[in-house]
Amino acid sequence: MAASEPLLRAEGISKDFLGVTALSGVDFDLAAGEIHALVGENGAGKSTLIKILTGAYRRDAGRIVLSGEPISPSDVMEAQSLGIGTVYQEVNLLPNLTVAENLFLGREPKRFGLIDRRAANRRSREILAQYGLSIDVSAQLSAYSVAVRQIVAIARAVDLSGKVLILDEPTASLDAAEVSRLFAILEDLKARGLGIVFITHFFDQVYRIADRVTILRNGHKVATRPLAGLERLELVSMMLGRELKEEESHRAPAGEAGERPVVARFRGVGKRGRIAPFDLDLRAGEVVGVAGLLGSGRTETAELMFGIAQPDEGRVEVDGRPAGFASPRDAIAEGFGFCPEDRKQDGIIDDLSVRENIVLALQARRGWTKPLSRKEQEAIADRYIAALDIRTSDREKPIKFLSGGNQQKVILARWLATDPRLLILDEPTRGIDVGAHAEIIRLIGELRERGMSLLVISSELEEIVAYATRVRILADRRHAGELDAGAISADAIMRAIAAGERHGDGQGRAAEIMQEGAA
Amino acid sequence: MTLPATMRRVLPQLVALLVILALNTAIAPGFLDVAFANGRLYGSLIDILNRGAPVALLAIGMTLVIATRGIDLSVGAVMAIAGAVAAALITTGQPLAVTLVATLGAGALCGLWNGALVAFLGIQPIIATLILMVAGRGIAQLITEGIILTFNDPGLVFVGSGTVLGVPFPIILWVVIGLCVSLLFRVTALGLLVEAIGVNRRASTLAGIGTSALLLAVYAASGLCAAVAGVVAAADIMGADANNAGLWLELDAILAVVVGGNSLMGGRFSIAGSLIGAMIIQSVNTGILLAGFPPEFNLVIKAAIIVVILVVQSPASHTLSAYFRHRPGAAQDRSAGAVRAAGKTGSAGKEAVR
Repeated sequence: MAASEPLLRAEGISKDFLGVTALSGVDFDLAAGEIHALVGENGAGKSTLIKILTGAYRRDAGRIVLSGEPISPSDVMEAQSLGIGTVYQEVNLLPNLTVAENLFLGREPKRFGLIDRRAANRRSREILAQYGLSIDVSAQLSAYSVAVRQIVAIARAVDLSGKVLILDEPTASLDAAEVSRLFAILEDLKARGLGIVFITHFFDQVYRIADRVTILRNGHKVATRPLAGLERLELVSMMLGRELKEEESHRAPAGEAGERPVVARFRGVGKRGRIAPFDLDLRAGEVVGVAGLLGSGRTETAELMFGIAQPDEGRVEVDGRPAGFASPRDAIAEGFGFCPEDRKQDGIIDDLSVRENIVLALQARRGWTKPLSRKEQEAIADRYIAALDIRTSDREKPIKFLSGGNQQKVILARWLATDPRLLILDEPTRGIDVGAHAEIIRLIGELRERGMSLLVISSELEEIVAYATRVRILADRRHAGELDAGAISADAIMRAIAAGERHGDGQGRAAEIMQEGAA
Repeated sequence: MTLPATMRRVLPQLVALLVILALNTAIAPGFLDVAFANGRLYGSLIDILNRGAPVALLAIGMTLVIATRGIDLSVGAVMAIAGAVAAALITTGQPLAVTLVATLGAGALCGLWNGALVAFLGIQPIIATLILMVAGRGIAQLITEGIILTFNDPGLVFVGSGTVLGVPFPIILWVVIGLCVSLLFRVTALGLLVEAIGVNRRASTLAGIGTSALLLAVYAASGLCAAVAGVVAAADIMGADANNAGLWLELDAILAVVVGGNSLMGGRFSIAGSLIGAMIIQSVNTGILLAGFPPEFNLVIKAAIIVVILVVQSPASHTLSAYFRHRPGAAQDRSAGAVRAAGKTGSAGKEAVR
């Protein structure tokens, strides 16, 4: 593929947002007639890089060279006219205009100073024919499926720009047949000499379509590698930032899980398009770690378990009794608690005080007619402020003034105050400082010893190894396997994830790997 | 123990009210006189308390709705509906009790409709309640069949112009309802739960609060308050005027809540603050009348005074007053700053009036 001079070359691209480094010295190059995948976990800097290439952001440092010419697009229009077109996940077209109007928006063919609708329609049909699409171009775009809209968006971007096409998660809302169709079009564009940048979370798609892959992590480039000969495991390890090592024995005690009472039992619980049906038993005194890449269905699993989303199949038992959760309220009534991943949006009530945030779930469970007295509230708040070492000058301080780690502890306190039997923690250590991080991990161990059942979702493999008594492996929106106490190590988790992401036989491979691990 | 905190919260509003009352006294020397004649208290102050009853009643419900980060534009129209229902029932010979219960039921139903649109369909409150604001007056006209439906049932008229121990009944209504609702929300956990919803509805749902039920209840409460206000307004003129009853009062009610120091962004709320806000608005109205301005000036002057009050309460002026407070020698207490801010209202308000 590689021509001597790449079509697009970016060198040393850096970008800060208010002192937070989003990208630091990232190099990237794209050859004509190449499909180049860009992968990385959330916050790795993929979208920042894309936005700099397309002129949506200004870079703080670095150089971009397109076809041998240094460029500095100051907005998306300029990047487009230079030859760089972008198609976003949520298609950036106007659904209330016709297909032809969308294709020629802002550059309508004119005749005597008026828009020549006939010419626009004719040329639209010609353009779309190249993509094997023969549709009524005078119909509203909203009449067509997301897949068709995607193709129209690509057609517009290619027609406008013609050199580089950037696709930001184009397959996120497509089904398998539509993905195949999209890929056929990409192959065709590639043959026509376009350079294509392709962002996705789906590994099998990376392997199916891309020639090379660039991995970003925490704003740095990890590597650019041809996909031929690149092991999945190596790709996962580069994304998650872990070297492959042999050692790492598992530190959490195995426990005699089989003898402990089952708190909650999930059988065939699933929701179409979110997470495939799964079975899961949660026992008292165990910590089930949940590992998987972004988009593998981790949060979706938690949402079904806590009644935030309703499963469309399967059944739930709590203490052997059938249970169904129409809302989080029902789950809480059964003694569940849930610390959400997005603490700001879903966790804290930012204007209310630390005290009010701590007592909220308990008060909600008691009902409005049985208020906790001010004295009781203060006692509860003080107890958890001391027990979890929440750093606040005053329990009456609005929680928004606390640091991320302390806010997380307040949310934990909110659930501990309800004395839950099952606590679901979604990324409990994300975005918090090192000290609080260690304390939360220690706390998870303590709660387990006190007989609580915990399900902890985390992207930090070491963390999972430290506290989990079992590890659920999620891949591609399904539960792909499980590692037992004896088999838990960061390596084993990574191998299982990589195996699970493998197209098709993920289940079998994961099981195989686990057997290896157990042996 | 909670009383001082409550007092501190509404101190700026109280000071603003006192300043406006003082202005009124300066304009009309006999303003503070209260006389007792024919078994009833008379005087400008009593007038303000009495005339302000509909807005005060609306403001009680509106405060709760706004605390959930909502708004209820339909209360004026619900007043018209309530007046129409009451008049229609009493003129067809229904007993007073049936009339009142049915009227309050109609108000609660209107509120539930709004609440359902907001809680279950996720429609933005301003749009959801706009529907009934527009349609409500039509419904009221259908009930009265397009005429002003008059009545003279002494029981119903009493609601608008009766007195208890010399105090006009509307005053007793809004004071008692205001106290009861305040107590209900502060003694139970409703206050905390409503504030939590207003600040972050999604997080509140995840913490196990029955957000939909609470939203329904809050809008129903607003509808109930509007129904009471509607009965007062109709009883006062002994007739149900579907076109004019409660016209634009939703805006006065929102204003009362905001002047009362409640944020339209939801969260912390004070019903006492809103009630004082309603009295501030009524005092301004009365003051303008007493000053003898040509009526065409009234709305402009009222707007100017409101603007001054809002500017003094705005975050920008808080930043400014915080700056002055933290200079050496300045008082450190927050309430002291608040008093000063409210004091500024007064002097600025004076300029606006002159």
